[in-house]
Amino acid sequence: MLAQVTHILPITSIRRERLLPVAGRVSVRKGQKVSATDVIAEVSLTPEHMLLDVARGLGLPAREADRNLHCQAGDQVAEGDVLAGPVGFTKRVIRASKNGRVIVAGEGQILLELEGPPLELKAGMPGSIADLVGDRGAIIETNGALIQGVWGNGHIDFGLMHVLAKSPEDELKADQLDVSLRGSVVMGGKCIDPQVLKLGAELPLRGLVLGSLDAPLMPYAAKVRYPVFSTDGIGQQPMNNAAFKLLSTNERREVAINAEMWDRFTGKRPEVIIPLPATGNIGLPRETVDFLPGQKVLVTRAPYAGQLGVLQVIRPGLSLLPNGIKAQAGEIQLENGDNVVVPLVNLEVLV
Amino acid sequence: MTTSMVDAESLLSIDVGGINTRVALFDVVDGRYRYLGSGSAATTVYAPYFDIGEGIRAALDRLQMATGRVLVGNDERLIIPARDDGSGVDTLVATMSAGPPLNVVVLGLLEQVSLESARRLATTTYARVIETISLNDRRKPEQRIDTLLRLRPDLVLAAGGTDRGASQSVMKLLESIGLASYLLPEEQRPEVLFAGNQALLEDIDASLGKVVRVHYAPNLRPALDAEQLGAAQVRLSDIYRSVRSHKVSGVEELDAWAGGGLLPTAAAFGRVIRFLGEVYDSTKAVMGIDVGASATTIASVFNSELTLSVFPQYGLGQSVARLLEYTSLEAISRWMYQDVPADYLRDYLYQKSAYPASIPVTPEELDIEQALARQVMQMAIRRAASGYPAKSKRYGSSLLPWFEPIVASGSVLTRAPNLGQSMLMLLDGIQPTGVTTIVLDQSHITPALGAAAAINPVLAVQVLETGTLQNLGTVVSLIGKARFGSPVLRARMVYEDGNETPMEVKQGSIVVLPLPAGQSARLHLTPLQRFDVGMGGAGRGGGLRVVGGALGVVVDARGRPLRVPDDPARRRELIHRWRQTLGG
Repeated sequence: MLAQVTHILPITSIRRERLLPVAGRVSVRKGQKVSATDVIAEVSLTPEHMLLDVARGLGLPAREADRNLHCQAGDQVAEGDVLAGPVGFTKRVIRASKNGRVIVAGEGQILLELEGPPLELKAGMPGSIADLVGDRGAIIETNGALIQGVWGNGHIDFGLMHVLAKSPEDELKADQLDVSLRGSVVMGGKCIDPQVLKLGAELPLRGLVLGSLDAPLMPYAAKVRYPVFSTDGIGQQPMNNAAFKLLSTNERREVAINAEMWDRFTGKRPEVIIPLPATGNIGLPRETVDFLPGQKVLVTRAPYAGQLGVLQVIRPGLSLLPNGIKAQAGEIQLENGDNVVVPLVNLEVLV
Repeated sequence: MTTSMVDAESLLSIDVGGINTRVALFDVVDGRYRYLGSGSAATTVYAPYFDIGEGIRAALDRLQMATGRVLVGNDERLIIPARDDGSGVDTLVATMSAGPPLNVVVLGLLEQVSLESARRLATTTYARVIETISLNDRRKPEQRIDTLLRLRPDLVLAAGGTDRGASQSVMKLLESIGLASYLLPEEQRPEVLFAGNQALLEDIDASLGKVVRVHYAPNLRPALDAEQLGAAQVRLSDIYRSVRSHKVSGVEELDAWAGGGLLPTAAAFGRVIRFLGEVYDSTKAVMGIDVGASATTIASVFNSELTLSVFPQYGLGQSVARLLEYTSLEAISRWMYQDVPADYLRDYLYQKSAYPASIPVTPEELDIEQALARQVMQMAIRRAASGYPAKSKRYGSSLLPWFEPIVASGSVLTRAPNLGQSMLMLLDGIQPTGVTTIVLDQSHITPALGAAAAINPVLAVQVLETGTLQNLGTVVSLIGKARFGSPVLRARMVYEDGNETPMEVKQGSIVVLPLPAGQSARLHLTPLQRFDVGMGGAGRGGGLRVVGGALGVVVDARGRPLRVPDDPARRRELIHRWRQTLGG
């Protein structure tokens, strides 16, 4: 049976394709070193437009208005440029009210694309450009620790990580955040106080790595400009032990957080990358695996949600669960030594 | 009809669902078509596979193991047609619901006329209306263009203008679609379905047709007081297939296997419900409800006319966390028999959304899952019922019309620990009226039969007749007002062997009369306190022949609409009692 995979790895080769949604301008070259926040490509994705009714403005039929046009598709125009006219005794003209580019000119109308801020595609991780992908983006590679999560607020940044959680169950409190943490990435446990997010913005922090974020805090997290990342999702669950151990042992290292939302259709997933030097040939992690005994697994649902274990046996046929449902299941030895039965669909394989 | 009258052909169905890909095999056994078995595997439309083929292959492996029939050759290709050695299949049908819903912009002239019809058309497939454009739209054309560029819709559903009616205003509205599309990269331009004033087709072809792919369907509103969605629905299914083929790897190949007939699962589900209406009794209304991960679908047939409503926003998969945009935690928890804190319920929604394939393990989480199923059924039915013909609403607009039978489908219903829990979810979620049979599609084959009906109707009829669908039982739903616990019905069931079971039914209760599947009995009903028991009006009684099912005959005297007590403890106790009545 195909298994869901999550990467929580102390050292691995990491390779990510970062692409613009449409063709644009790629601003990096092959072999170039980049940091997580470097812009690697940009495009004017959703420019504003202005439709000028030239015929009406000049008081002429469309065909006659077209004869008075002074621009054509593709022309760059500046604010105040005369686009059509003058006509009549009053020398009526049509001027560009902003800088922009003519998209369509004809049939008595001009469609202008106005200059606006471009969409900037950030590298999302530190590394080197392994390859360029046409005019869409690039492939970035690095070595380091990789921790994939469940939820992110869409922001990207990097900084020195301070570990404030003493255990996976800890709650990050507002009074733990002080000015000494300014410009750093903070690793806490669960977060249930909106004041934490507010203080994080005031300092400001460059990232917040959490075990979980309480659901009512999601709107606050969406508003802050620094990345908020959770390893185990929305709620009040503790951080899974694998992520906690790995993050804790990398205190005071520079970490990059790409807190993009998990999207199964595109493959994007929030993740923390800690660049580390690697010796020898460390391959890319496997993305697809079948369930097999001996695998390290993370349980995703109650009553063992967030607990790690080892898959001992895949039970044949269907197993009866405590609530009466029958499902294909495996026997898991949890870290505390307990042996439990968990449906395979409630497991993620850690590779 | 026996299969000797037709060319007997084996049939393989493939349904690529939001969570699971299911394949099922049908063939002739003893002169009749039968369902032979199925296999399922995780759908692989998502990362890291990005190709539905992997999941199909894994499901086929399981089907081969279950049936012993070789379906895939050494060259890793499906064996079509069947060979003399018994390997392979003759025909293949395919359905699909996986993937995000289509992002749709609806365009029409008048809010309550063409725009409303276009919106209704959008609800007949896996689509989410993200923007509307109409005459009432006060935005400047460039603002509309910018909105379209930002939203990048998959599809524009355009209606407007009765035939030989308004034309200039329709063309004016379409102008912004054309301009916005022109500004988009070619591969990101939306498809357009125009189902408005038919006099405009040439003009649209000459203008909009130069920029985007325009599909045409007969006018949704040929006259102000007439609506026709049927032909446009078929075109919409074609567009769904086309968009999916462009965006999801493996769909084009699946469609080719199915002879270009890949259908949205909801459309195939609707087709089998309409088919049931035609085959059995066209005077009765038939309902199908599918509570899936991708969407909740309601298919209702009145006088052979299908009303199909697909609600991706009420799916129980990845989108489940967004349910709180449409309902409240309180509304969900009022269906639960266990005391679960609101925080826990909310966290459940987010965890389920993060891990949509996961299933409940604890009794509390099963209770939450089943409460969610009830709530989405309620919301979907309320929305779907707003489009039902006025004549069908014999019990008033707040109650469901009388449907017979009701066919239910969906993993949340079929994986319940016992059929009593499935039945109670359906009674609470649907709240049927009159006397009806409730049937459960435990093998998830209704979409397959709907897709097969177009090419082999005999197969669909014969498989339906073989009892592949699980008859849960006959339900008698009482309508009326009375004090809780007061008698509202006297009933007597006379079995085939002459034995009789008399009983008195009290308001607020559910009563089960055992009647094994395949057996029939005569049920005599004498309503009290002017209750309507489906015998032709308030206070009217009589006798009827009833057929047994897994749960026999179920009398639901809890009232319609079903109101549960406000007091949480009392409510939970009552729900627990109803569960116990139906088997715990």
